Amino acid sequence: MATKVFMEALSPTMEEGKVVSWEKNEGDAVKTGDVLAEVETDKAVMELQARGDGVLRKVLAAEGATVEVGKLVAVIAAPDEDITELLGEAGDGKRGSQHETADEPVAAKRTPAAAPAERPREPSRAPTPAPATTPAPAPGGGGITVAERVKASPLARRIAAERGIDLTIIRGTGPAGRIIQRDVEAAERAPRAAPAPVYAADGYEDVGLSQMRKTIAKRLVESIGPIPHFFLTAEVDMERTADARQALNALGEEPKISFNDIILKIVAMALTRHRACNAWWQGDHIRYFNEVHIGMAVAIDEGLITPVIRNAHQKSLREIGREARELAERARARKLTPEEYTGATFSVSNLGMLDIDQFTAVINPPEAGILAIGAITEKPVAHEGSVVVRKRMRITMSCDHRVIDGATGARFLQSVSQMLENPLAIVW
Amino acid sequence: MANTFDVIVLGGGPAGYVCAIRSAQLGLSTAVVEKEKLGGVCVNVGCIPSKALLHSAYVANLVKHDAESLGISVKDMSLNFGTAIKHSRQVAEQNSKGVEFLMKKNKVTVLKGEGKLLAPRKVQVAKDTYTASKALVIATGTRVKGLPQVGLELDKTTVISSDEALFLQDTPASLAIVGAGAVGMEFADIYSAFGSKVTVIEVLPRVLPMEDPESSAAIAKVYQKRGIDLFTSAKVKGAKVSAKGVSLEIEAEGKSQQLQAEKVLMAAGRALNVENVGLDAAGVKLDERGFIKVDNNLRTTADGVYAIGDVAGPPMLAHKGSREGIVVAEVIAGKRPHAIKYDNVPSVTYCHPEVASIGLNEDQCKEKKLDYVVGKFSLSNNGRARAAKETDGFVKIIRDKKYGEILGAHIVASHASELIHELTVARENEYTVEEIDLAVHAHPTLSEAVAEAALDSLGRMLHA
Repeated sequence: MATKVFMEALSPTMEEGKVVSWEKNEGDAVKTGDVLAEVETDKAVMELQARGDGVLRKVLAAEGATVEVGKLVAVIAAPDEDITELLGEAGDGKRGSQHETADEPVAAKRTPAAAPAERPREPSRAPTPAPATTPAPAPGGGGITVAERVKASPLARRIAAERGIDLTIIRGTGPAGRIIQRDVEAAERAPRAAPAPVYAADGYEDVGLSQMRKTIAKRLVESIGPIPHFFLTAEVDMERTADARQALNALGEEPKISFNDIILKIVAMALTRHRACNAWWQGDHIRYFNEVHIGMAVAIDEGLITPVIRNAHQKSLREIGREARELAERARARKLTPEEYTGATFSVSNLGMLDIDQFTAVINPPEAGILAIGAITEKPVAHEGSVVVRKRMRITMSCDHRVIDGATGARFLQSVSQMLENPLAIVW
Repeated sequence: MANTFDVIVLGGGPAGYVCAIRSAQLGLSTAVVEKEKLGGVCVNVGCIPSKALLHSAYVANLVKHDAESLGISVKDMSLNFGTAIKHSRQVAEQNSKGVEFLMKKNKVTVLKGEGKLLAPRKVQVAKDTYTASKALVIATGTRVKGLPQVGLELDKTTVISSDEALFLQDTPASLAIVGAGAVGMEFADIYSAFGSKVTVIEVLPRVLPMEDPESSAAIAKVYQKRGIDLFTSAKVKGAKVSAKGVSLEIEAEGKSQQLQAEKVLMAAGRALNVENVGLDAAGVKLDERGFIKVDNNLRTTADGVYAIGDVAGPPMLAHKGSREGIVVAEVIAGKRPHAIKYDNVPSVTYCHPEVASIGLNEDQCKEKKLDYVVGKFSLSNNGRARAAKETDGFVKIIRDKKYGEILGAHIVASHASELIHELTVARENEYTVEEIDLAVHAHPTLSEAVAEAALDSLGRMLHA
């Protein structure tokens, strides 16, 4: 039985993919789940996996080639199987969801539009026998596995059918990306079509817009642009944070704590106290989060990506440090999965290591704020009545004025500054 | 550096040695520290030898009760417990040797001795100090314990534990067993089959208290028919131990009574091996129940230190520990293993008939106020069970009413331990009762009872 290998949608927004490298060569034996190729999507380098067993008979896309999603890129088949007919189809152009092969398994025919049409089987004591879901045996032994088959557990299918949820837009978190019960239930809770990060049911609160808020939103957008930014800057004394960091690292534990780790931790703590800054502008309402998911801007060769430290408010300094390091490494290796770089509730951008004193960062919508961290520099300041040299750092918050007003942002920034100036706050 | 490994595992039981194998498979240099024989309690004084003795017990009962009617007359049948013990030791020995071989095959270094942590990833074994550069895994397991507060301190002769019960050369005339969990019920089966007068005392209202009430009732009925006395809701209030035996004062359902036995077997709970591991030196903390405190990735409170198996919390089962060993090895190697579904770990008691279960029992479904339907098929309606004269038992499946999700399954049957896995796979993959039915089951098999129970939950059982 031959298996056609298609360029798959490896990220929710991917329309085409670039074959970075083939991990298997023509003639190699492959098993389901083997990595066939590394594919660069619009967001990351992902693995294209085999969905059938046999020999990789033909590779149709050269390394470096960019291929539309749904196009045939290779064929897996038995060593002596005739695949000429399959290869003939390769020139047909975009195939994707329209598959007509007569002998493909029934389950594979579920195209996105048709997905909810499967009649829900009634598990309660139904008088009529339930329709079978087992794929019909392929006549002539020539069944073809189709790449875009929706992988979902029977229970997930049943719940989705019953509740009218389209399985093709859900991202599976089960083995090999299989959609399982919790994914369907999460999709139902978060009805936005995005493939989206999942938030706990009580993880946020949507608040309708008052007339005043509507007017502020409308007028500010007219005056400034799609996101009406304003900026708040504070200079923070970093002596105590520097001492604390040095003392922690003197313990000899790995990994070492960085200033950035401490800043992320303190921002997370401050956001739990200033929910007004931990929010998304949603057009017709504002979503205030009870959970803190911090986006952390990471510079990579091709640009910039913002991996997310989830539930940062619940994590210890060391956990945040470890995660930040791991995410940054994965980001530079372009190995982040979509759920790792979406869903932040607030972001932090740090150019301190590049000796930038102060800058303004651009808001990552729908988030309402981002904090820009400058370098820590020694400078003379007035301190307890005399001029002394102390470590100082400038932080600048960009605020979406539709969500955050001046004083609201200032109070948040004040909390951050106070905690950085007295980092013992972390142990509260 | 000979004294440095990527991963050091403390304890060579089913959690520890499996963790070591998986770590080695993932290319990590690995050492396992074991003070006794590889394989731990499970292989040497637990799961494995007891299964050998239970098989002897099964054959003894078969010959005593059923052989004649199956056309086999055995004259002058005699029971030799010492020989049964010898067989069980050989099996245990083979398995321990097997683990040794697996360590060699996977190039895992075995450090003989007791490991004690000096710092998070530093461990002393005998006079040497070893460093784990990536991770240290605590898998030190549990040991038997007595009930000193009522005068039942383990003395290894009259007040014994499974450690001794697996080595006795002869059966006592009478044996009192404290605890009707899996261990107590298995030894009751063994010693009763070899001629001891067995009494089981359980503080909770039923034997196998963690199982479904119907499973408990079925097994109690079989045991009572065999002449085993069962006291439930019964507390041991006091004990007098002498050279001749034990006199137990029991309070059962409000009434006090005396019970004499030649020996008493303590089968109620186990003590965690956490005292001499150096947890304080490493900064590893315990939780409020006394288990090592771990997060979802089985990380302890000390950086780079993990805990798996019995010390990491219930259920205290070899297969749960092994799975944790695999998951931890993968976490250490930087992989992202699938989370363990702790509500999908099968539980098995290997008495005869066997009792096996997965998921919720019916009491738990009631407590949680779930909307459920029960499907049940009795083995007395199953051809294969009739052929083997093993019709005691049933398959019971509890499903969610609306979606058919398998909430729990409970099997009492001669091979329940094997039958349960169909339902374990089903639950792991979120199959519903309909997928169970849609899979064709061979005829005649005990497994047909599983399909019939699924059908019964749908209101269309075929063979009853």
